[in-house]
Amino acid sequence: MSHIATVKSYVAIFLTLMVLTAITVAVAYVNLGPLNKVVALGIASFKATLVILYFMHVKYSSQLTKLVVVAGFFFLVLLLGLTMADYGSRAWLPLPPTLQ
Amino acid sequence: MSETVVDADLHGHVGAHAAQHPALQHHFESLSQQKEASTLGMWTFLLTEILFFGGLFMAYLLYRTWYHDAFVAASSSIALSWGAFNTVVLIASSLTMALAVRSAQTDQRTALVGWLVATMVLGTVFLGVKVIEYADKFAHHHVPGPDFVWESEHPAPAGAGDEHLSHAETAATRDPALQYHTQIFFSLYFTMTGLHALHMIIGIGIMLVITYMAWQGRFDAHYYTPVEMSGLYWHFVDIVWIYLFPLLYLIDRS
Repeated sequence: MSHIATVKSYVAIFLTLMVLTAITVAVAYVNLGPLNKVVALGIASFKATLVILYFMHVKYSSQLTKLVVVAGFFFLVLLLGLTMADYGSRAWLPLPPTLQ
Repeated sequence: MSETVVDADLHGHVGAHAAQHPALQHHFESLSQQKEASTLGMWTFLLTEILFFGGLFMAYLLYRTWYHDAFVAASSSIALSWGAFNTVVLIASSLTMALAVRSAQTDQRTALVGWLVATMVLGTVFLGVKVIEYADKFAHHHVPGPDFVWESEHPAPAGAGDEHLSHAETAATRDPALQYHTQIFFSLYFTMTGLHALHMIIGIGIMLVITYMAWQGRFDAHYYTPVEMSGLYWHFVDIVWIYLFPLLYLIDRS
């Protein structure tokens, strides 16, 4: 049968998520320059990972399920990464003379 | 529900095998195989949802990069306390959902129904707070459209001074570009939280059905797949909010 987690483990994950939320809010009030984005998204991603692994039981799921989950985020990264690369590189090349 | 080996079988197949659980569909060999198929199916659906929200996150990423100052100003105008409260409420609802699944796994029907109800209550609280937040936006003319007006922060209470108004706000209260760029922020705010709220409403609807099924005694320690699959959906909606909260409410409050 599938793994049955203890109530304690669920509560522990919940409390961890609460602490991480508090940290996220606190850090927003401190100016860390470019690091603010990194910290905020880093903490959010860690929280999401905890929810996926423990609340959604992916840690105790089959390899195939884990692969499907990873694939989902891989395609999201592709969407965000390639689109930003497109917009980000638009200024790099001038228009051909005929179109200027 | 104990598994007994019976000699007389129900479908004309030869041989003694464990009595079939009524929830086992004929095209699956076992409940665990059936559950694995359901899990893969639900995760595949969640992948489409990740990309669905992903498109909006992409739009957000782009406009925040282009109009950073306007986004900081607009984000700082949103009441942080409601957003933080809602984050706690939603993560708590994920806890109650996980405990509901656990109750199903351990054959505790009353606890299962109780935790499902708790999950729905917390979800409804979340939606109630969103109504309050949206009403606040309407009152301040922060809803994109013909009535949209971006002013710098509300006038400070007497004696607070101007130090809380950023340079950008005091210098450009009615700057047309700022009007346009903050309106883009609020367009994304309403679209993303609105789509999220729609998913919450659907989630509560699903939970109502599951709760009814649980109350009827349709689940036991061997078969609780619908509870777990609904849980996956619910946790996904929670994860979307885990990202929405810092991106919309906490761009820069320093």
